[in-house]
Amino acid sequence: MAERPEDLNLPNAVITRIIKEALPEGVNISKEARSAISRAASVFVLYATSCANNFAMKGKRKTLNAGDVLSAMEEMEFQRFMVPLKESLEVYRREQKGKKEARKDKDKKADSEEQDKSREEDNDDDDERMEEEEQNDEEEVDN
Amino acid sequence: EPRLVSLPLSRIRVIMKSSPEVSSINQDALFLTAKATELFVQYLASYSYKHGRGKEKNALTYTDLSHTAEECETFQFLADILPKKILASKYLKMLEKEKQDGEVGDDNDEEEEDEDKAVGDSVGS
Repeated sequence: MAERPEDLNLPNAVITRIIKEALPEGVNISKEARSAISRAASVFVLYATSCANNFAMKGKRKTLNAGDVLSAMEEMEFQRFMVPLKESLEVYRREQKGKKEARKDKDKKADSEEQDKSREEDNDDDDERMEEEEQNDEEEVDN
Repeated sequence: EPRLVSLPLSRIRVIMKSSPEVSSINQDALFLTAKATELFVQYLASYSYKHGRGKEKNALTYTDLSHTAEECETFQFLADILPKKILASKYLKMLEKEKQDGEVGDDNDEEEEDEDKAVGDSVGS
């Protein structure tokens, strides 16, 4: 997929909302300031990614993981982010697990409706194996 | 109910993957990067507003951000993309002066160098 220049930018509306949440009510943000912060955010992502990647390489891994990103934050001197990040990660993991369970149940239901009931035991084993494999792989994001 | 993260993960992923040395990104790492970016935006905005020496008290301006990049070590990695602004007249005067001071050497790449130098040394607006 070829990248267009605008793809490396973050959506203006979302950036504006995040800025407003951080400032006292009634404070104006100039268009120039908003645009500058948006660019700064993109640069932050690149810097964080590069830093996290160094940690991954140190660990001889090709996939960036959560620990790498957290280490990068510390290295970049954003220790103040550590606690909120760890807390959010926990919530996120629980949410993802919940979604996965829901998908599993949906699949099971679809399967049992189409096939014989005797097949259900086999499906359970398949699902368990699948879950172990999925945990470590990179997944495509649902948006 | 507030969402866990507002920035779209797909877009964050595109930016991360634009780094040539990155092969793959685990889902948790993607989420954390997005969340960290949100925290960063909030921090940059609130810090700049608090420490801004701009004349407007009820606004966040580009100058506030530029000051932050220059003066706060944590945000120094942004210095190049948030240069201080300079009046065109001042810049032209600086160019003239540099030309007079150093006539020795090449003519070729000097333009680009001077531009960067001027911006780096410029007085805040």
